[in-house]
Amino acid sequence: MRKQRVVVGMSGGVDSSVAAFLLLRQGYEVIGVTMDTWRPRGGRENEQAEGSCCGLEAAEDAGRVARRLGIPHYVMNFRKEFERDVIRYFVSEYLHARTPNPCIACNRYVKWEALLVRAAEIGADYIATGHYARITCLDNDRYAVRKSVTAAKDQTYALYNLTQEQLKRTLMPVGAYEKSQIRQIAHEEGLIVAEKPDSQEICFVPDQDYAGFIERYTEEKLPQGHFVDRQGRVLGIHKGIIHYTIGQRKGLNLAAGRPVFVTEIRPETNEVVIGEAEDVFTRGLIFDQVNCMGAEDLGQTGIVTGKIRYGHQGTPCRITDLGNGRMECRFSEPVRAVTPGQAVVFYDGDAVLGGGTIVDRLR
Amino acid sequence: MRRIYLDHAATTKTRKEAVEAMLPYFTEHYANPSAVYSFAGEAKKGLDESRKTIADILGAKPEEIYFTGGGTESDNWALLAAADAYEQKGKHIITTKIEHHAILHTCAYLEKKGFEVTYLDVDEFGLVNPEDVEKAVRPDTILISVMFANNEIGTVEPVKEIGAIAKNHGVLFHTDAVQAFAHIPINVDEMNIDMLSASGHKFYGPNGVGFLYIRKGVKIRSYMHGGAQERKRRAGTSNTPGIVGMGTAAKLAASEMERESERQCRLRDYLIGRVLKEIPYSRLNGDPKRRLPNNVNFCFRFIEGESMLINLDLAGICASSGSACTSGSLDPSHVLLAIGLPHEIAHGSLRLTIGDETTQEDLDYVADQLVKIVGNLRNMSPLYEDFMKKNGKK
Repeated sequence: MRKQRVVVGMSGGVDSSVAAFLLLRQGYEVIGVTMDTWRPRGGRENEQAEGSCCGLEAAEDAGRVARRLGIPHYVMNFRKEFERDVIRYFVSEYLHARTPNPCIACNRYVKWEALLVRAAEIGADYIATGHYARITCLDNDRYAVRKSVTAAKDQTYALYNLTQEQLKRTLMPVGAYEKSQIRQIAHEEGLIVAEKPDSQEICFVPDQDYAGFIERYTEEKLPQGHFVDRQGRVLGIHKGIIHYTIGQRKGLNLAAGRPVFVTEIRPETNEVVIGEAEDVFTRGLIFDQVNCMGAEDLGQTGIVTGKIRYGHQGTPCRITDLGNGRMECRFSEPVRAVTPGQAVVFYDGDAVLGGGTIVDRLR
Repeated sequence: MRRIYLDHAATTKTRKEAVEAMLPYFTEHYANPSAVYSFAGEAKKGLDESRKTIADILGAKPEEIYFTGGGTESDNWALLAAADAYEQKGKHIITTKIEHHAILHTCAYLEKKGFEVTYLDVDEFGLVNPEDVEKAVRPDTILISVMFANNEIGTVEPVKEIGAIAKNHGVLFHTDAVQAFAHIPINVDEMNIDMLSASGHKFYGPNGVGFLYIRKGVKIRSYMHGGAQERKRRAGTSNTPGIVGMGTAAKLAASEMERESERQCRLRDYLIGRVLKEIPYSRLNGDPKRRLPNNVNFCFRFIEGESMLINLDLAGICASSGSACTSGSLDPSHVLLAIGLPHEIAHGSLRLTIGDETTQEDLDYVADQLVKIVGNLRNMSPLYEDFMKKNGKK
């Protein structure tokens, strides 16, 4: 019988390198692939963040690891897909006063959808990644991503949007281990190419100046506008709406004499609304673009845990289906800075039930 | 697993005779040929012999051959130094859209320095029209650089006609002959070539060595400054073993040229015939006749070149999507765009370049694999599905 062939997305970092090694040990035929996703305009190469998973440096490091393991390694070009499904989405969301999560889009459309197509083209049965997460089939026969119990940082939030088909064809071999064990294996097998910092939040904006990135990409300088309070009184001048996100306190340059926060962004009037600390808290939200993962119907899940951003530890909540693809989620206690454009992800214990894109908060 | 190497345009293996000729120059005749003592004599002799061999092949004089570090260096040198030497006369250079990047990027650099470059179009087969060259010449034109044969699609350019035009107008003529030298006949006098670039590893010599032919009287100088090597025109300690290996490989290639190019042409046409017959919606890029003996370049519609190359690799076949210098990037080839292919097709190209050890049996295996791989990829291709539906074939 032919060995099952698996394509491992390799960044040259420890986790994906050990993932490749583990799969090899489990008897798979392993092919390493580094995804070439983005080169900054104007040919400024190597501008990607250190630790970025898709840069040219990543390809070289991954190639070294693959040679060490004795597996084939290829660089595949996903630049077209990445620009279409990640960059344009990212820019458009900010221009519409939402705060996007490009990693979620990249996972769904590039790292899974596009990679699975290419993997199938080269005869692979599975793709694999170095995520600290596990994929299990639940009692209801649905596949779900589960948090790795030992993971210091949760890696499941950005995976909530994967489809059942994608999960069926995905392996996450490092999810069964602790980070320290993975480091140990990498060390024993001589797989540590370099001690890399953890991946950056936004790989294509290494200097973190996402507003500058958007202005360079659109070749447009976005207009300044007014900071206003809830009553519509003008408080000052803002730099352009893309510079702000809900709950932001720093960098407003408003002399209010007390901490004030961004509570709302209004693209139609180019206004940024400023309020008090308590204005940033809300008990619920509306979301759409629903993806069901562990739950067949998110509207029938009872009390679950909802996470409204990557760093949020989760708050108990109840989901109601509003119809027309929209759902409402009410939390047991107020949550801070519900931000349109970010994802809300629901958990039952450590299993991802599904999630969606936040449209608005409940007032 | 069986390995079939079909990327001889990227590099060749160094032939046994060349390696053997080189070995004594590492361990016995290792003296610096520029030294005064008689121990340097053997090394000097090695350089002299290689220079003579290469000059003879080109119909040139030995003192017109300058050894370099390879094709890219030769191209850079020819362009930069000619621009430097002749800028009093004018600042206009003529080249083509299908040159190697060693030429194109050097031209772009010169443009930044205030030179003006005309990039000539080519026809659908990749041929430069000599009339276009004639029309492009201006009073301030100082250099025409047209490649002898294209590295991606194998088209052999009308160098003799272009050389005649250059001579008529008193303009320098450089040709990048990296793919052509020691593969097809070249005579610098008959073709009015003033400068010619070549590289050792493209004809079974070693890597890291090449040469630039500079006709006597052409006044360009070094762009490598230092010692007095190569008649003060190319500083740097001579790479004696490399030069000896290149000379040996050139000599053998020249003596075998007629027989080997005939054999390769036969194999080439056999592979082209099988692929075009057995794979629908495939096309041959480049000129079917005026073509390097070793070059085959196809486009297969509806599929991505990248997956095809990986599948070929997994089947033990070393192929490329164009030139090795750009295939890492997998951007559409500038050559395929220049012959008028649309972007999406220029993505799906395949270059196979045969060599001295390639057999018909190898090519049968390759053709069989290609039929299978292209078929599989098309079965997964939404573009192919749409096309078949539209044409009522499904």
